[in-house]
Amino acid sequence: MRTIITFVLALALLNSCQNTGKKKTEDGKEKSSVALTAAGATFPMPFYNMVFKNYTNETGVQLTYGGIGSGGGIRSLTDKVVDFGATDAYLEDDKLAEMPAEILHIPTCLGAVVIAYNLPGIDELKLSNDLLLGIFMGEITKWNDAAIQSNNPGVSFPDLAITFIHRSDGSGTTHIFSDYMSKISEKWAAQIGTGKSLNWPVGMGAKGNPGVAGTIQQTTGSIGYIGSEYAFAQKIQTAKIQNSSGAYVLPSIESVSAAAQGEIPADTRVMLTNSSDPAAYPISGFTWIIFYKEQAYNDRSLEQAEGTLKFLDWLISEKAQTEASKVNYSPLPAKAVSLSKEILRTATYNGKPVLK
Amino acid sequence: MNSDKITRIVLYSFSFLIILVAGGMVFSLVGGAIPAIKTFGLQFIWSNVWDPTEGSENYGALPFIAGTLITSFVALILCLPLSLATSLFLGEYFRNTRIARIIGLMVDLLAGIPSIVYGLWGFYVLRPFLIDMGFENQGFGVFTSSLILAIMIIPYATSLGNEIISMVPNDLKEAAYSMGATRMEVISTVILPTARSGIFAGYILAFGRALGETMAVTMLIGNSNRVPDSFFGTGNTMASVIANQFGEADGLKLSSLIVIGLLLFLITGIVNGIGKLIIKKMG
Repeated sequence: MRTIITFVLALALLNSCQNTGKKKTEDGKEKSSVALTAAGATFPMPFYNMVFKNYTNETGVQLTYGGIGSGGGIRSLTDKVVDFGATDAYLEDDKLAEMPAEILHIPTCLGAVVIAYNLPGIDELKLSNDLLLGIFMGEITKWNDAAIQSNNPGVSFPDLAITFIHRSDGSGTTHIFSDYMSKISEKWAAQIGTGKSLNWPVGMGAKGNPGVAGTIQQTTGSIGYIGSEYAFAQKIQTAKIQNSSGAYVLPSIESVSAAAQGEIPADTRVMLTNSSDPAAYPISGFTWIIFYKEQAYNDRSLEQAEGTLKFLDWLISEKAQTEASKVNYSPLPAKAVSLSKEILRTATYNGKPVLK
Repeated sequence: MNSDKITRIVLYSFSFLIILVAGGMVFSLVGGAIPAIKTFGLQFIWSNVWDPTEGSENYGALPFIAGTLITSFVALILCLPLSLATSLFLGEYFRNTRIARIIGLMVDLLAGIPSIVYGLWGFYVLRPFLIDMGFENQGFGVFTSSLILAIMIIPYATSLGNEIISMVPNDLKEAAYSMGATRMEVISTVILPTARSGIFAGYILAFGRALGETMAVTMLIGNSNRVPDSFFGTGNTMASVIANQFGEADGLKLSSLIVIGLLLFLITGIVNGIGKLIIKKMG
């Protein structure tokens, strides 16, 4: 596995090296010859692809991102074959201790997990916590179940079996979804738990967001969870979810942002699910970039370290963040940005801070 | 150095490379499999739990072994009458005619279609059709996967059988005809017995292909990590679970997936071994 990743990244590097020959950017400014390589989560990829390109145009710094999954991103950083990694699930303390050196997290944008369904003619579906549990644990098996009916007065549900579609591959989307389910139910936490892939009691799997979305679209009576960036881009019909203040909230760029208004710890490692903000969509979360605190490793030059941190500093700047909503992510709240700026300034090269 | 010597060195080194590649594959599979084998032992093969939840990780291969063997066997059974009929059509009844050439071309074309295209066709065409026919509720599962596999392996089962059937010596057939045998009798008493080892070899090849098929199956079987509870139930196969979960797997899960890969390797080897044995006996 390690050799495969190294090989892919080597190819990517080779590719970016060829491009560094062109030293002129569009506006003809002074070019940097730094080339950065990153790999990890697929969830923020549309955002990264767009802003990485913008940054290259602006500064000449070549950026390569491999969407190989959060697990792959962490592995690549562990193996020190990338300048920074990307992950949808932050590293727990025990995983942090296993890393070869201290690593830091900064969030880059917010996304959510939406509940998509396929019921022709039904445009609004309100799901309380009990309904979510009942459906996804296999206790409610028909759409015309009295519990669903009484929660959605005025809607007539068909006598149709509920088909639950989950992810068949490991995914940060599953992690956020199951984290929320574990928070609203002790039963879920005990029987199914939280993770990137789970031991599902019911339903069937499909690969990736497109796989789940496609299967739902093709299967009448199905329901499943999808990453918001994909669902918003495809304009997929989603259910309103009840947050802990009791309000039913439809997922949107704004309601996802609202989920991050609460307390954020100094190292930014926090799950935002089950926010108590009345306007917040409860199945929301950060996606992170991870990098080594000590940037002098593997013969990296000071230039390379500076390039990495300057770019990350730019990524959380207003300029980059305003782009996020164009590709259906929610920008970071001010609090998260200021915390991340502080974190970036604790990174060092041979013990000396890199950013001022 | 003369050209003979150079040729020999090139041949030797390339042949040695094959051994190196195959050996290296087995070596790295076994190396990666060790943690899971140490943890679960032989029980891994017949345990039907697949629980990746952190803290209570527990893996077993039975659901996937069952899924792979069931879908492949059913596919083979479904493809048998079709491919035998096509082989006879191409190799005996309409040998060297224009229509045989066209159908032969179509069969070869089937072999060249990428498996993702079969998967998409199964997903968007075959599955809704099965739902409309009332076979299945949601159209995913063992039956749909077997059906698509059966279509995919037809070329493998057909082309070998067709070659062998057309190679049955004319003298034999003419001898049978001259003794007053009907065409049906010639086929059942002369052609099939003479060609059976070749026809059988085609089926082994087809079965091996069905065992390893990944993409089309993963799109249609439902990917639920349980032993299928009925012929129309959902399940998963060995190749499909590896393709689905390898990307995000680490630790014990990664190792368990590698064991499944190793088991698939073994099963394919055993099937080929048994096939060769039977072919030898027939010959």
